[in-house]
Amino acid sequence: MTGLTEMTEALRDLGEHISAAEACADVVKGYEVRFGELTIHAERDGIMKLARFLKDDNQCVFETLIDICGVDWPERSQRFDVVYHFLSMRLNQRIRIKIETNEATPVPSLIDLHPSADWFEREAFDMYGIRFAGHPDLRRILTDYGFEGYPLRKDFPLTGFTQVRYDDLEKRVINEPVELVQEYRNFDFLSPWEGMTKELPGDEKAEKEESSNG
Amino acid sequence: MADTAYVSASQDDRKFTLNFGPQHPAAHGVLRMVMDLDGEVVERIDSHIGLLHRGTEKLLEYKTYLQGLPYFDRLDYVAPMNQEHAWCLAIERLLGIEVPRRASFIRVLYSEMGRILSHMLNITTQAMDVGALTPITWGFEEREKLMGFYERASGSRMHSAYFRPGGVHQDLPQDLIDDIMVFCEEFPKALAHIEGLLSENRIFKQRNVDIGVVDEKTIMEWGFSGVMVRGSGLAWDLRRSQPYEIYDEIPGDVFEVVVGNNGDNYDRYVVRMEEMLISNDIMKWCIENMPAGEVLLAGTKVSPPRRGDMKRSMEALIHHFKLYTEGFHVPEGEVYAAVEAPKGEFGVYLVSDGSNRPYRAKIRAPGYPHLAAMDHMCKGHMLADVSAILGTLDIVFGEIDR
Repeated sequence: MTGLTEMTEALRDLGEHISAAEACADVVKGYEVRFGELTIHAERDGIMKLARFLKDDNQCVFETLIDICGVDWPERSQRFDVVYHFLSMRLNQRIRIKIETNEATPVPSLIDLHPSADWFEREAFDMYGIRFAGHPDLRRILTDYGFEGYPLRKDFPLTGFTQVRYDDLEKRVINEPVELVQEYRNFDFLSPWEGMTKELPGDEKAEKEESSNG
Repeated sequence: MADTAYVSASQDDRKFTLNFGPQHPAAHGVLRMVMDLDGEVVERIDSHIGLLHRGTEKLLEYKTYLQGLPYFDRLDYVAPMNQEHAWCLAIERLLGIEVPRRASFIRVLYSEMGRILSHMLNITTQAMDVGALTPITWGFEEREKLMGFYERASGSRMHSAYFRPGGVHQDLPQDLIDDIMVFCEEFPKALAHIEGLLSENRIFKQRNVDIGVVDEKTIMEWGFSGVMVRGSGLAWDLRRSQPYEIYDEIPGDVFEVVVGNNGDNYDRYVVRMEEMLISNDIMKWCIENMPAGEVLLAGTKVSPPRRGDMKRSMEALIHHFKLYTEGFHVPEGEVYAAVEAPKGEFGVYLVSDGSNRPYRAKIRAPGYPHLAAMDHMCKGHMLADVSAILGTLDIVFGEIDR
C-alpha cells in the first residue's frame, strides 16, 4: 500500500510541476490523481503547447503518444472529451490529458509533434466527428467507404441506420435502411431495491394521485 | 501480387500505383494498401483498414462488464487471454479488488502461453512470406498443443473467456498442470528444430537482415511498443517496468528482457524466438511455485457463487441470477490499464459512470500505431520487402480494426 501512496505523491509532484510551468501556465486548468493515474485538464487551443512542453521538459519526457480517443457526453455544451495518453519510457511514467470540444470546434492536431497522432485523430474523427485543425488527411479510417454518421456518439443507435446485402437482381451489394425482424431488446436490469436510482419505480404514480386528490 | 496495376497520370513510365490486397495471403488478414511505386521502389503507402471493423467499442457500451469480456478474445485472436487480461485489470483497478494469488499465477501462466502462440504464428507466417514453407507446419503443431491446454482450462480452443474480473473462471486440474509441464520440457527442442530451419538460412537472412530498420526516433514518434521496441535495443517491457500480477516476483535469471541490436526484421525474429524460450521458462516457474487456494475472489459481488453453494443457499442462487443478468456495478471513474501483450502494449481505457455497463471503453491495440508507421518504414524499400516488413510488424486485424 505504501507503494501506491508514494506513487500518488510522485504523480502529485509531477502535476504540480506541470501546472506551475511557465510554458503552459494558461493551458493547464487543473490536475487530479485517481487510481494511481495523473489526469491533466487543459485548454483546447493550448494542447500543442502543452504536448511540446511534456515532450521537452526533463521531468516529463513524454515522448510516446499512446492513444487519442474521444468520449461523448451529449448533455454538455462541449460534448466531447478528447483524451490523450502519453508515456515516457525514459522516466517510466504515464499521463492523461483531457480537453473539451464540440462538433463544430476543431482541436489542434498533434501530427507535427507526434506523427502517430495521424491515425488516432482520424479514428476520433471517424467515430465522433471531432475535427482536428492542421491534420493533412482527415479521412474516415475504420468505417466502410461511403459511411455516414458517427457511430460512437451516444445518439447513434447500436444497430446503425443502414444494412448491406448482396442483391441478386441488381448483381451488386446494396445499402438499405435497417430492418429488424424483432425489435432490438435492451433490458434494464438495474435492481430498483439496491438504491441505484433515488426514485423507486412506481412512486411517481403515487405522487400524482396525491396531488390530484389534494 | 496485385489485382490492378496502372500507370498513373504522370508521363513518367516508371511510376506505378499498385493495389495490394484486401485479399492477399501476405496481408495477414484484410489489409488494402495503395502503393505508389517508382519502378520497384516504394514511394508511398496508403493503408486502408477497417475491413474487419465490428464496432467492438460500441458493443461494449451496451453490455455488462462480464458480457463484454468475450469480445476481447476476438480482438487479437492469436493470443486471446492477453486481451482479456487488460480488460480484467481495468475493471479490478476501478473496483479496487485484488485477485487471489493462485489466480495471478494461472493468469501469468496462460498469458505466457498466449505469447508463445502469437510469436509462433508470427515467426512462421513471416517466414512463409519470405519463402520458407516448412516452419509453419512445424510451428502449428506446437500451437495446437497449447490450444489444447486452452481448451482444457476454459472449454474453448480460442475464444476462451477464461480470465474474469476477480480471478479466473475455473481452477486447473492437476493432470492439466502436469501436462503443461511436460510440454514445457519438450518445447525448447521443438523450437530448436524450427530455429535450425531459419536462423542461418541464407534466403531468410537475405530477406530480413537490414530490412525495415527501426531507430529510436521512429519508436518514439510512432508510438511503438513490444518487440518493435526491444528489437532496436531498448529494454522496455511492461512486465518489468510497470509490473502487474506476479511479474515482479519472477527472478531475473528466469525472466530477463531480451533486446536486439540493429532493429531490423532479423533482430525482431531473434527477439521473438528468445522470448518464446523465456515465456517457456516463466511457465515452468509458475507451475513450480503455484500456491494452492482460491482462483476467484470468493464472497464478493463480482464473482459467481460456486455450483455447490447454489444447490443449498437461496442467497447464492439469487446472487448468481443477478450477476448474470444485471452484472455488477463499477464505481465511477476512469482508468487506463495496459498489459504487455505479445504484439506490444495492449491497453484499455475504461470510463465508468457507476452503472453496470462501461460508459466508454477504448481499446488501444499495439498493432494500430505499428501499421500506421508502415508508410514511414517502407519508404525506399523494394516492393518485395513490403510483405517482409508487414510480417514482422505482427499485424492481426482483429485488434486493429476492432
